[in-house]
Amino acid sequence: MIDVKNLTKRFGDLLVLDDVSEHIDKGECVVVIGPSGSGKSTFLRCLNLLEIPTSGEIVFGGVSMTDPKTDINLMRQKMGMVFQHFNLFPNMTILNNITLAPVRTKKLTKADAEAKAMDLLARVGLQDKAGSYPAQLSGGQKQRVAIVRALCMEPEVLLFDEPTSALDPEMVGEVLDVMKRLAKQGMTMVVVTHEMGFAREVAHRVVFLDGGKLLEQGTPQEIFENPQNERLRSFLAKVL
Amino acid sequence: MQQFDAWKALITAGEPVSLWQRFYVYFYQAFIYKDRWQQYLNGVRTTLYVTAVALLIGIILGLLVAVVRTAHDQQRPGHKNIVLGFLNGVFRVYVTVIRGTPMMVQLMIMGFVIFSSSKDFAMVGALTLGINSGAYTAEIIRGGLMSVDAGQMEAGRSLGLNYTDTMRFIIVPQAVKAILPSLGNEFIVLLKDTSLISVIGGKELIYAARGVISRTYEAMFPFLGAAFIYLLLVMLFTWLLGIFERRLRASDRR
Repeated sequence: MIDVKNLTKRFGDLLVLDDVSEHIDKGECVVVIGPSGSGKSTFLRCLNLLEIPTSGEIVFGGVSMTDPKTDINLMRQKMGMVFQHFNLFPNMTILNNITLAPVRTKKLTKADAEAKAMDLLARVGLQDKAGSYPAQLSGGQKQRVAIVRALCMEPEVLLFDEPTSALDPEMVGEVLDVMKRLAKQGMTMVVVTHEMGFAREVAHRVVFLDGGKLLEQGTPQEIFENPQNERLRSFLAKVL
Repeated sequence: MQQFDAWKALITAGEPVSLWQRFYVYFYQAFIYKDRWQQYLNGVRTTLYVTAVALLIGIILGLLVAVVRTAHDQQRPGHKNIVLGFLNGVFRVYVTVIRGTPMMVQLMIMGFVIFSSSKDFAMVGALTLGINSGAYTAEIIRGGLMSVDAGQMEAGRSLGLNYTDTMRFIIVPQAVKAILPSLGNEFIVLLKDTSLISVIGGKELIYAARGVISRTYEAMFPFLGAAFIYLLLVMLFTWLLGIFERRLRASDRR
């Protein structure tokens, strides 16, 4: 579904991603791990072109994202993203946060979008928050709304950029639960996270990045029980 | 009326009069005699009209300049838009020239050079003030746009919204809330700066005051009166802006 070919990204002189190639299948849940500064967030942000790759190609559903002729807005509608800091729109109610994009992009009518939003909110247990503003929600609630907001566009892929890193420890569970359910329902997901428990339990595949290079990838079992790469072994020794 | 005539005669004759009598006569002839208060009222009407037109021009111009300049600065490297680059250059010159020259000079150039044949002095004044205000408003709005967290733009775009929609529904509303105090300040400055258009013949409040002075040869009460009216207007609008600001802050409630 997503083909990453020889992806390289530089910020000035700094080489952040060094010739990374990767293929993500439909229905797969891929977890990207690695030390901070390893380029995992940049990798994720390159997938929906929030960062423009310096070279290389991203192909999504047979269409090249990196081709300047591609309508990037149309492609992003099929590619939801959940951010570390939620990035809910503070000037709108929760319901408007969720329905703005589907209505403006003419994906759904206002009534349909609201019905869908309420249904999705109910599934994460937040239907009574529809009229609230983001400032009135806890971190865990905000992140669940952010996931609903992405889901309301009916994306083919969901990208998660450290979705639990800004949360109080007690709220991590409620967000991971929602993500686990999505993975079980067969949603294609690419997750950058430090939650090794989630990677071990939910991921179909784990990818290890360090210094901008994709050093190792495999099933959670291969990665966690039998790591080959020296850097991966020392990384796991520190985080597990 | 009779009292005014009697005391006025005393003053004209150079007879000694009490402070109260002098005060009464000067006040009466500045505001009440021959219904002169109507002249001030007409002046206020023009002042408010010029302020409103200038404010509208200023905000539209300011928003346009600010959005174009921000959009220009936010372009991806390697995807520079030529039209945007050209507009950005034009707007930079505009901001530099307007901020770099005195308002009085701009008014004189507009009134006596560019629109020297126009008789609608108030409109020329409003246009000049609007163009002037636009340059300052543009920088205020640009600051507001830049103050909105970059994550907001990323969230909007990642949902598939285009740049214009993201700006319109997400960035600009947040920016407006952040800059409302500065915008209110600009509005108040604008209101008071309308007094300058009397130099090109705009019949606003100061023009009215000077009209009265040219009849009575007494400057204190007309100018004090004008000052008082400006103060009253500014206090009124400050109050209204405060209410508006509290409304916008509804989403911050916890």
